Amino acid sequence: MDITSEAAVADAVKAAKEPLSVQGGGTRGISGGGEVLSVAGLNGISLYEPGALTLVAHAGTPVSDINAALAKENQRLAFEPMDHRTLLGTTGEPTIGGVMAANVSGPRRISVGAARDFLLGVRFVDGRGTVIKNGGRVMKNVTGYDLVKLMAGSCGTLGVLTEVAMKVLPRPETEATLMLHGLDDVGAVGAMARALGSPFEVTGAAHDPAAATTMLRIEGFETSVRYRLDQLRAVLTTTGAEMTVAHAEDSADMWNKTRDVASFKAAEGDVWRVSCKPSEGPAIAARSDADAWVYDWAGGLIWLKTPAGHDLRGKIGTIDGHATLVRADAQTKTQLGTFHPETPGVARLTAGLRAQFDPRGIFAPHSKTEQAA
Amino acid sequence: MEMPIPNSSILARKARVVERLQAVLPPNAVIFDENETRAYECDALTAYKCAPMIAVLPSTTEEVSDILRICHQEGVPVVPRGSGTSLAGGALPTADCVILGVARMNQVLETDYDNRIIRVQTGRTNLSVTGAVEQNGFFYAPDPSSQLACAIAGNIAMNSGGAHCLKYGVTTNNLMGVKMVLMDGEVVEIGGAHLDAGGLDLLGLVCGSEGQLGVVTEATLRILHKPEGARPVLIGFDDNEVAGACVSDIIKAGVLPVAIEFMDRPCIEATEAFAKAGYPMCEALLIVEVEGSDAEIDHQLGLISEIAQRHNPVELRQSKSAEESAKIWLGRKSAFGAMGQINDYMCLDGTIPVSSLPHVLKRIGEMSDQYGLKVGNVFHAGDGNMHPLILFDANKPGDLELCEEFGAEILKLCVEVGGCLTGEHGVGIEKRDLMHVQYEPDDLNAQMAIKDVFDPAWLLNPAKVFPLDASDARRSVAIAAE
Repeated sequence: MDITSEAAVADAVKAAKEPLSVQGGGTRGISGGGEVLSVAGLNGISLYEPGALTLVAHAGTPVSDINAALAKENQRLAFEPMDHRTLLGTTGEPTIGGVMAANVSGPRRISVGAARDFLLGVRFVDGRGTVIKNGGRVMKNVTGYDLVKLMAGSCGTLGVLTEVAMKVLPRPETEATLMLHGLDDVGAVGAMARALGSPFEVTGAAHDPAAATTMLRIEGFETSVRYRLDQLRAVLTTTGAEMTVAHAEDSADMWNKTRDVASFKAAEGDVWRVSCKPSEGPAIAARSDADAWVYDWAGGLIWLKTPAGHDLRGKIGTIDGHATLVRADAQTKTQLGTFHPETPGVARLTAGLRAQFDPRGIFAPHSKTEQAA
Repeated sequence: MEMPIPNSSILARKARVVERLQAVLPPNAVIFDENETRAYECDALTAYKCAPMIAVLPSTTEEVSDILRICHQEGVPVVPRGSGTSLAGGALPTADCVILGVARMNQVLETDYDNRIIRVQTGRTNLSVTGAVEQNGFFYAPDPSSQLACAIAGNIAMNSGGAHCLKYGVTTNNLMGVKMVLMDGEVVEIGGAHLDAGGLDLLGLVCGSEGQLGVVTEATLRILHKPEGARPVLIGFDDNEVAGACVSDIIKAGVLPVAIEFMDRPCIEATEAFAKAGYPMCEALLIVEVEGSDAEIDHQLGLISEIAQRHNPVELRQSKSAEESAKIWLGRKSAFGAMGQINDYMCLDGTIPVSSLPHVLKRIGEMSDQYGLKVGNVFHAGDGNMHPLILFDANKPGDLELCEEFGAEILKLCVEVGGCLTGEHGVGIEKRDLMHVQYEPDDLNAQMAIKDVFDPAWLLNPAKVFPLDASDARRSVAIAAE
């Protein structure tokens, strides 16, 4: 289907008799089966006010176009959305609609918030083909229910995003990363907790057990970054770890790789993503029986690589959080479920919302809500 | 503001409902004497008053569950109440309702500095959440003006903001999990000490739903370490437009202040007469605050002052000490009190794109002349959240209605320039009948469909948020089904 307008999206949804698979660039591996409904033709930035830190774009606008427009004004998408192509080997052009539909956030999530926290307004087409708007383009807005948050992360199961309004932020003057060497998982998570519990505004905290390297990012004005690095070193001397610093581009490069989980790029096997209470990260990883893992979000996000078909949820048991099967073959995804099972109360509310927004069940029911039986 | 006619069949069953509630609650937790229920007749929108049929004060989630189950079975509407500080009438009762106050549920359940969270019962006040962690250098960021009194329950219901949300976000950006009781008594838990929902973002949906989807009894909140310090700079301008351009330039320069406050001439004059903060008499005044170490603050204030100088300010005063900071903030913090000295006032909180500021202030000035009512403007300029304070005389017949009409025109203007009706106070009853200005019928239907899922009988705070004619069919079906 060649779709270039919101009205055409609405027509396509109304006319649909079979399930549709809503797609932006199709790079994130979350679309379900069914005929593809692509919003890639809804392309373009419709409003950008750098002085008001707001940008509005059609859902199919490539993330790269948005980044380029923001860079000209020395601004950025602060939530640092991951590019899934590295990890999943997908091709295509990531779109801003896809980022928001999947609520994709990167390492800076711990300091500035998630994609959903930067989404100010949406326009979308629900399962009846009705165009609905919610929120707006201002930063503070409590007018009615927040369907903006509901749409963020709904992975196209409640409606087709056609336009998104976002808050953007200034790009800091520079950045640097303090690296601690030789810590084990528990030591690293402890060190990251101390760094984040300091007043020095760490904007990234990750640990790679294979390299025994813990990374703490500081961003801001040059003088400020230098000062905060020194202060952080002082806070972390008791860890006994050797410390080095990566500056500017070297630092940025490390965080791009962390964001995209580049260390699992070429590796064989399934990849799981676990969101958990940071201090519980090491114990969860230890009982997962995974082949390898890396921590982001100060331990609160673990990427784990396992043999194909490995039931990671079964190994880790009940956690404060959830495990998503991000990379696996179709059979494993069907067998284990992409998404974490919900508690009965939440599952009932979710089903109720789906029935309201997509009464005909045409938005590929086996995507976001695809769960282990 | 119109409210639904009380349901006489419910009023007739008052004794039975009281008896059933008494069976599950301690004796002092059920209030039904007409002299005592009057204590709950209004919130901070005091122009509207109506005593509830019954008020209940539970102490546990289990008691909340029992109350809601009984009210659900009896078909009695329930209006949840935090501390009753809503400026939008969010906790205004109807004569046939049960007020469910969470004030007794004020315990800290868990503090966890390693994971930077605190778990509290939601009757706890906003400021006392910070109070529970500040001995370790931590704080809870959202800081509504009423933070001494307002409850976390109300903060979640209204998605409250505050002066510092330019940097730290509003409630929804700092809320990680809730325990919530649905209208039928079912207890659900959403989120927790981890980041981001696994499935649909129900947490984001519940936050700001004005007590219409469920009663939140426990909340997991993000806490942060306090910055090393904070200091403001005060900048005065002879022109609103120039002040607006200065705000825009500061933001574009890559400095992200923790707060940018704006006051216009009527507001400056009122606060000077009242608080004598030593403000310059000019058209527009900015207070810009930044955080960090002393040297970092000096550097950032230096950059901001450089930018401000390019706009020819009539005054530029950088704070060098805690005393100077307090003096700069004194006038801003007394602004509402100062306006209240002059007359009664109504406080609006529409949000506009920052670029529309000069146009909107000009239009408000023109309308002020037209309505013959004075307005002072206080404004969170960094995020576009306005607080026009319209002065009126509550004892003068017709003045409240005139003021409301003027207020509605200002809010319509906010929507017209690309903004919204309310930035942090909520819709409640105050802006309920203006919702159609911002939203099409389909947009409102989509929102009401959410309530259908969480509260199919439309018993929780039913006459709020949505225009009565828009929600009438749903509320009537619910009543007919009794």
